[in-house]
Amino acid sequence: MIKATLKSLMARKLRLLLSGLAVVLGVMFVSGSFVLTDTLDRSFTSLFSSVYTGVDAQVTAKPKLEGGEGGPDYAVQSLPASTLDTVRGVDGVRAVTGDVIGSARAIGKNGKVLTTSGAPRVGDAWGEDLSGQRVLREGRAPTADNEVVLGGFLAKSGGFSVGDDVAVLTAAPKETFEVVGIFGYQGGRDSLGGEMSLSFSPATAHRVLLGEPDTYSSITVQAADGVSQDVVRDRVAAAVGADVQVKTGAELAKAQTDAIGEGLKFFNYILLGFAGIALFVGTFIIFNTFSIIVAQRTKELALMRAMGASRKQMMVSVVLEALVIGVIASVVGLGAGVGVGALLATLFATFGGGSLQLAAVGLPAAAVISSFAVGILVTMAASVFPAVRASRIAPVAAMREAATPDRPLTKPTVAGAVLSAAGGALLGVGLANAVLWMVFSGILVAFLGVALLTPLISKPVVAVIGGLLSWSMPGTLGRRNSARNPRRTAITAAALMVGIALITGVSIILTSATASITKVADTQISADLIISGEQQATFEPAVLDAVKATPGVESAFGFYSDYAVVNGEQQYLQAITDFSAWQRLFGLKATAGSFDGAAGRTVAVAEETAKEKGLGVGSAVTVQLSKGEQQTYTVAVVYAKNGAMDGIQLSAAAAVDFSQAKLTDGFAKAAAGTSVADVQKRIEPLFADNPEVSVQDRSAYVKQQAAQLDTVLLMVQILLALAILIAVLGVINTLALSVIERTRELGLLRAIGMRRSQIMRMITVESVVISVFGALLGLLVGTGLGVATVEALKDQGITELGFPWTQMGTYLAVAAVVGVVAAILPAIRAARLNVLNAISYE
Amino acid sequence: MTATMRTATTVAARAVGVTKVYGSGEAKVTALDGVSVDIERGRFTAIMGPSGSGKSTLMHCLAGLDDVDGGEVFVGDTRVTGLKDKGLTDLRRMKVGFIFQQFNLLPTLTAEENIVLPLAIGGRKVDREWFDTVIDTVGLRDRLSHRPTQLSGGQQQRVACARALVSRPEVVFADEPTGNLDSTSGAEVLGFLQRSAQEFGQTVVMVTHDANAASYADRVIFLADGRIVSELVEPTAEVVLDTMKHLDGVIAR
Ligand SMILES: Nc1ncnc2c1ncn2[C@@H]1O[C@H](COP(=O)(O)OP(=O)(O)O)[C@@H](O)[C@H]1O
Ligand SMILES: [Mg+2]
Repeated sequence: MIKATLKSLMARKLRLLLSGLAVVLGVMFVSGSFVLTDTLDRSFTSLFSSVYTGVDAQVTAKPKLEGGEGGPDYAVQSLPASTLDTVRGVDGVRAVTGDVIGSARAIGKNGKVLTTSGAPRVGDAWGEDLSGQRVLREGRAPTADNEVVLGGFLAKSGGFSVGDDVAVLTAAPKETFEVVGIFGYQGGRDSLGGEMSLSFSPATAHRVLLGEPDTYSSITVQAADGVSQDVVRDRVAAAVGADVQVKTGAELAKAQTDAIGEGLKFFNYILLGFAGIALFVGTFIIFNTFSIIVAQRTKELALMRAMGASRKQMMVSVVLEALVIGVIASVVGLGAGVGVGALLATLFATFGGGSLQLAAVGLPAAAVISSFAVGILVTMAASVFPAVRASRIAPVAAMREAATPDRPLTKPTVAGAVLSAAGGALLGVGLANAVLWMVFSGILVAFLGVALLTPLISKPVVAVIGGLLSWSMPGTLGRRNSARNPRRTAITAAALMVGIALITGVSIILTSATASITKVADTQISADLIISGEQQATFEPAVLDAVKATPGVESAFGFYSDYAVVNGEQQYLQAITDFSAWQRLFGLKATAGSFDGAAGRTVAVAEETAKEKGLGVGSAVTVQLSKGEQQTYTVAVVYAKNGAMDGIQLSAAAAVDFSQAKLTDGFAKAAAGTSVADVQKRIEPLFADNPEVSVQDRSAYVKQQAAQLDTVLLMVQILLALAILIAVLGVINTLALSVIERTRELGLLRAIGMRRSQIMRMITVESVVISVFGALLGLLVGTGLGVATVEALKDQGITELGFPWTQMGTYLAVAAVVGVVAAILPAIRAARLNVLNAISYE
Repeated sequence: MTATMRTATTVAARAVGVTKVYGSGEAKVTALDGVSVDIERGRFTAIMGPSGSGKSTLMHCLAGLDDVDGGEVFVGDTRVTGLKDKGLTDLRRMKVGFIFQQFNLLPTLTAEENIVLPLAIGGRKVDREWFDTVIDTVGLRDRLSHRPTQLSGGQQQRVACARALVSRPEVVFADEPTGNLDSTSGAEVLGFLQRSAQEFGQTVVMVTHDANAASYADRVIFLADGRIVSELVEPTAEVVLDTMKHLDGVIAR
């Protein structure tokens, strides 16, 4: 029995290849994501251990907020020089340095701020380097106020050499420096991990990075020989007191690696998500392949039964075939995954990390285990139903004509209806309560349900689609062929449905989000000009004053943004320069209290938030900001939330204790009768020293926001294209198997005068009908998913429902093209058949 | 009447010194060994012979379904030998009709659609009058909208006959058309082939190993070991049977 199975497998290598390919792709993503994260994890571990070489302990001020520092670019709290002296005096300390580190963004020669892809852009004070990693390559150390040395990576990226001038944005306003030297790191590296760094003279560093002399962002400690990191940490900690924290170099390296690991985990989840989709779609294809094979082998299987094979043996024979395919596909997928993981890691290191030194690519156990588990399980699971069907073949079928009668569709239809309803309900509950696993499993179950319903719908729909394509005899035959096995057509189409439904759903959500942004901008925000920029972009309050004073500006206000702990709850919020201007320009309505005359430490609260937190006008709230002590604020106004504003906002008094007392956004309204464009022209020059900030009118701002969503959409489309690619394999597979099954028919058609081109057209029509059917299903299901999600996100600000008609049309067109492409190989195969052999094919 | 004149006017298909070899070396089989034969227009010709004697091979070569290793084949004025796929397709479309032993019909099409399929494929118009004549002759009028699975084997084979005739080909080739039928259905199909030659002047070539079937033909050609060994005109079943026995004897010796 086992021998017979293996023989039949070998005899059908093509089938093995096609059905295995879907699993290979899925497994490839699974193992690829594990290999990638493993490689990067080890690379970052070695990066940070080299960053902290020579650092036995580091002393910093205890942050006021948990993780509220806004990333490593910011030095939130600084240490006084006295702490440095204290630490120096601790027993077992060999050397100490006071570090001055802060955000420093160099402006390139084109006037644009130079950016990294995630790694920090920092400035520090040139001085003793305990790690011994830095090497001055050319020039000399900075001594004068206007001198700077650049890290190799920054110098290369910006095309700077010694003698050039470079403008730098720091906590202080823009300033221009002369490049007097360029430094690198041990081993000829330009940066440690893709960061852009530069060093000022110590006095300058204090002034521009920390804003005050004689303070330090951190103190680096080197222990005397024979004193361990832990010991020196504990001694220093005992000496410096409670407001200060001390960590060992090893702890810091681990913390940094872990932080990066968190980010990578997200990346990993995305990859695994797509692996899941790929495998899900792959399951359809394998299921279909095995079903078709069992149908085609009915006679052979019946003969085995007639010769005494048991039902169990029949099942085992099919499942065994699946097992073999699963194992082979897992091995190939695992191998391909290592390649993909290595490739992605290289891409990451090249484009994402500057000169991140990649660790050797390894094969983590997790990758191996998950690849085999997933690959084999999926294949076997997909083969269970066909195996059961094979076991039910009666021995007498060996004597009957091969034509399998249409089995009634009642069972799958009922099951499909139940599953669709269950999936929909799960999705609904999941969306309503924001439970992610419920949403995802709801979608999966709904997909399965719809897939089971497809055979029933396929008949009428295929007839209509086919009707459009059957203007000639080959077309008619193609259409009839696609209607021949409703189940086969349906499952092939359903595989395509999954990808298209997901893309459509995401497109609808994003289009709705854009529509909502536009709606809010058009109906609520009456500011004509919006001043904003990339994440770290900030501008000085003085610039906002200049905007206000510009002729033609009726009113203007701005936001400071930072983390804060309000009544014990940490959140990201805004401090607003002028409540009454804010109210007018954002179309807010007070439901209690007033926006006007709110001075001092006050807060504004949206009505719902107020209700939830039990706040009202006059209530006191405690507020802890990045700097300073905890303060009490008073609720001055409760307002009805709108699409633009929600939550809690602070008055301008809070800004001094923000990590940066600089504005992140500004809004201006032009006076009646003044041209917005003129006002914009007058305002723009005020931001000459803030190249990260742009002044946009409302429509440009909305467009820019929407463009960000377009990027998200593009990424989703690229990743889901994989699901569609696998579905294409499914179409090819189904067609190829059908061609084999219909060999005699093809021979007959050729014998009575059908041309090769007509045979190819016939198969292409069949393929296009299946693909378009799948796309239509996908559009329908995707619309359902999208509308449901938008409905659920109403409270999150997606109030409008928008349909991306052009995109949906494109997906349909793509499906038609996919149909044509998928038909190519099977069509060629069919056209090449030898007429005589085909007719006598058994 | 001289031989050359006869060729010009009354030969529908012709094989000249046709040789067909399968395999090579030890496994080499000479299926046809220099066969020359003229198929007369408007007559019903049967090709007989024991199993493996090359009957099907000869028919396939005559019909352009298979290429020859030596010699030449003509259908009407067309030299079949040397034609490429397009030419062969045209030949099959316009000049020949086929009836196979089994699996003659497309399961997705009705009887009527199957019958006019060669015309539909070639984009040709159906001659309604001729279609009606054919349908009435095969007696399928009330089965036209049925699918092949709803027809008996005999009916299916009559549909195949109608399909072969409806495009009025130069020659209809039938390979053991009654091989899968019971004797009554077989007789119907044979009678029909006979009438299409007699009444409509349709050239028919039929491969069979059944003496009774051969007796419906105007002429019987006997093949043995890839060679034409005998020929009968206006045969009866007994004579055919005798000839076969004689041939078996020859081969046995
Ligand atoms: N495709 C083929 N490959 C090899 N040998 C073949 C092939 N077709 C036929 N033959 C051989 O050629 C000879 C004649 O075959 P065929 O014409 O089918 O005989 P018939 O139809 O008279 O029974 C036989 O010996 C057969 O084995
Ligand atoms: Mg034969």
